[in-house]
Amino acid sequence: MIEHKELEAEVKVIVFRLRDEEYGVEVSQVNSIEKLEHITRVPRTPKFVKGVINLRGVVTPIIDLRSRFGLEEGDYTESTRIIIVALGELEVGLIVDAANDVIDIPQSAIEPPPEVVGGVKATYLRGVAKLDKRLLILLNLDKVLNTEEMKQLDVLEV
Amino acid sequence: MDLNQYLDMFIEESKEHLQAINANLLQLENQPDDVAIVNEIFRSAHTLKGMAATMGFEDMASLTHEVENVLDLVRNHKLTINSSIMDVIFQSVDLIETMVYNIIDGGDGSADVSEPVAKLRAIVAGDLQAIASSPAEKPKQSGKGDAADSADGLRHYQLDDYAVSVMKESQTNGYNLLGIRVSLREDCVLKAARAYMVFDQLEANGEVIKSIPSVEEIENERFDTSFEVVYVSMKTEAEVRSLIESISEISDVAIESIKLPSQTIEVVSAAKEAAASAPAAPGKKPAETGAAPVVKRQGGKTIRVDIERLDILMNLFSELVIDRGRLEQLARDLGKSELQETVEHMSRISGDLQNIILTMRMVPVEQVFNRFPRMVRDLAKELNKKVNLEIEGAETELDRTFIDEIADPLVHLLRNSIDHGIESPQVRLASGKPEEGTVSLKAYHSGNYVLIEVSDDGAGISRDKILNKAIERGIITSAQAEGLNDKQVYDFLFHSGFSTAAVVSDISGRGVGLDVVKTKIESLGGSVSVDSKLGLGTTFLIQLPLTLSIISAMLVQIGSEKYAVPLSSIIETAVYRKEEIMMVHGQKVIDFRGRVVPLVMLKEIFSIPNPAETDDVSVVIVRKGDKMAGIVVDSFIGQQEIVLKTLGKYLTNVFAISGATILGDGQVALILDCNMLIR
Repeated sequence: MIEHKELEAEVKVIVFRLRDEEYGVEVSQVNSIEKLEHITRVPRTPKFVKGVINLRGVVTPIIDLRSRFGLEEGDYTESTRIIIVALGELEVGLIVDAANDVIDIPQSAIEPPPEVVGGVKATYLRGVAKLDKRLLILLNLDKVLNTEEMKQLDVLEV
Repeated sequence: MDLNQYLDMFIEESKEHLQAINANLLQLENQPDDVAIVNEIFRSAHTLKGMAATMGFEDMASLTHEVENVLDLVRNHKLTINSSIMDVIFQSVDLIETMVYNIIDGGDGSADVSEPVAKLRAIVAGDLQAIASSPAEKPKQSGKGDAADSADGLRHYQLDDYAVSVMKESQTNGYNLLGIRVSLREDCVLKAARAYMVFDQLEANGEVIKSIPSVEEIENERFDTSFEVVYVSMKTEAEVRSLIESISEISDVAIESIKLPSQTIEVVSAAKEAAASAPAAPGKKPAETGAAPVVKRQGGKTIRVDIERLDILMNLFSELVIDRGRLEQLARDLGKSELQETVEHMSRISGDLQNIILTMRMVPVEQVFNRFPRMVRDLAKELNKKVNLEIEGAETELDRTFIDEIADPLVHLLRNSIDHGIESPQVRLASGKPEEGTVSLKAYHSGNYVLIEVSDDGAGISRDKILNKAIERGIITSAQAEGLNDKQVYDFLFHSGFSTAAVVSDISGRGVGLDVVKTKIESLGGSVSVDSKLGLGTTFLIQLPLTLSIISAMLVQIGSEKYAVPLSSIIETAVYRKEEIMMVHGQKVIDFRGRVVPLVMLKEIFSIPNPAETDDVSVVIVRKGDKMAGIVVDSFIGQQEIVLKTLGKYLTNVFAISGATILGDGQVALILDCNMLIR
């Protein structure tokens, strides 16, 4: 019985791409997905903070997820998207290479993350979901958006 | 019945009544013989009691009831107010206040009221014993038991001087003075409703001076089948009779005309004025208590609006301002004159709208000030000092966002003034000052600012002591101390290094947490300064902007980036040639009207890419107090109304950026915090 229930429990996630890896954030944490528009740079902020945008009248900070994870930054293209995520009172836009899918993952498919996946430290991850041939890395937004950690992260960047 | 929906209203009104009681009690303390004040207090207490009972806050109702009993004795001249009675009443009011706050915090408003209740009862009982020798008389309904004295109608109706003077005045103006006794039918079901209809009729045609029993008792159906009223009207006896008899279920109407005793001819001028306005005001309340002056009623009609709605309105309007900017730019780009005219017209209207919305959010600073007299009184008592608080400009209006925020800093400054500024009565007398110290609280508008001044005529602050302390603390060197003016020296008081316990005892206690005050005021976009004369007193001056959300700003361009500089901190803009820039100690400076002003190279500080290379240097001269700086920009774009937005919770404490705004083209521009750029 219990097993059966676990099988039924599913999470809906937005799938996005960073370099060649596929990542997922829970739909409940995503407000919207935006095309890249003019970003106003905010001086004297960490490197991964790209600045702020006008999101329908709300000034919203934007961070580059590649840079946040210490991956090498790439050029922005037509497919580059900003995923607006909300975590409590925080509202932040994440720049990703592409966002194009919404899927349901059964809870049972989620495994704890290994030390490092695709160059991203396990602290930022909630787990890894194995689906058929796809491997989906689930983000732990609490950690990704942790402002306390900003400075320490600068050190981690290589 | 679900009373929750009334809870907000109850809380609001309770607070208002408590405030009124507190204010009136303070007045009463100064003028213990003024029955009018007692009546005001009584009325507030009575309303409070009624509301509390309705809402089911029994403890509050019973305590208020006891307070009311004491007040009732006072207003009937059966008890003389003295300071111990005042203290008990103050205590009770405090307790009631605690209950209200408990209710606000979601509590049930219960508290142990036995002690104050016992004290209040003792006051009532003690006094009754004292007057036991004189013929016993119940305070309420005192008129009823008296034998009718047809020769002198006044005694029968137990009218007081005020009522008599009103009647006197009415009589000379040709009004008829009538004593009416209305009896309802025995089988009347809704006695109070019938009585209300009678009053309604009477008040439509004249003025009810007094009713026996009182209006409130009648409203609560605490009467048999008949009641009496003293009535002033232009109508004749017969007309009044037919008016009343037109209401059903009335069994009998007896009307007599009242003759005033001839010796009370002198009419106080104040009463005259009151009487003149009396027939205009709905006369229910004066009748209720007899001796009440005409109830203070504001002429204007007002409605209560949820603050949240006002905030939403403001936010929506901000959006509109942004779109206005966008439209203006579009119209300019397209160059169609019809479009431009329409947009201009719309801009004007939205400008008016903006003013209205901003003023709607303005609240008199009184809301904060009116709690201070009580605080000052208590504090002075505690410290055994004599302090008189003078309040000026309480009607000055401020954006409501500030109202909540400035209370704490003001409390701090006032406490500071009383605790450390004002000397003890002995010291004051010895130095030839009046025994009673004066602390004054002044608010006034000046340009786009509201200024609040807290000053005392106390001991003042010694400049030398501050300097010594500043040197000792390593804030400055003794060499630097030489050239400082008084203002700069007193500014050290706000230095965080000063707020330690060790300093307290040294410099007459000043400096305690003043840095907190400064931080708070600056976070509101304001500033605070201090001036002091040894032996004469100290003045703190707080300067606040009129509003927080929409400000005028100068837009500037540096490289490809645009920044907004609040107009409030700009002195002027100027263009210098490169040769005019001088170097002092490795710092670029300019000569601005004989003053050496350091330049702030924003493109370096902010590492702005691709700044323009020009021969001329455009400079925005900004100030912070007495200090100035020149911010170097590529070009000036122009002045604009901008809507302040925060950068959000994620980006906090960004250096020299106080927020952001959205420009006409939809892009975000950052707002410079000039205070951070000036050192």
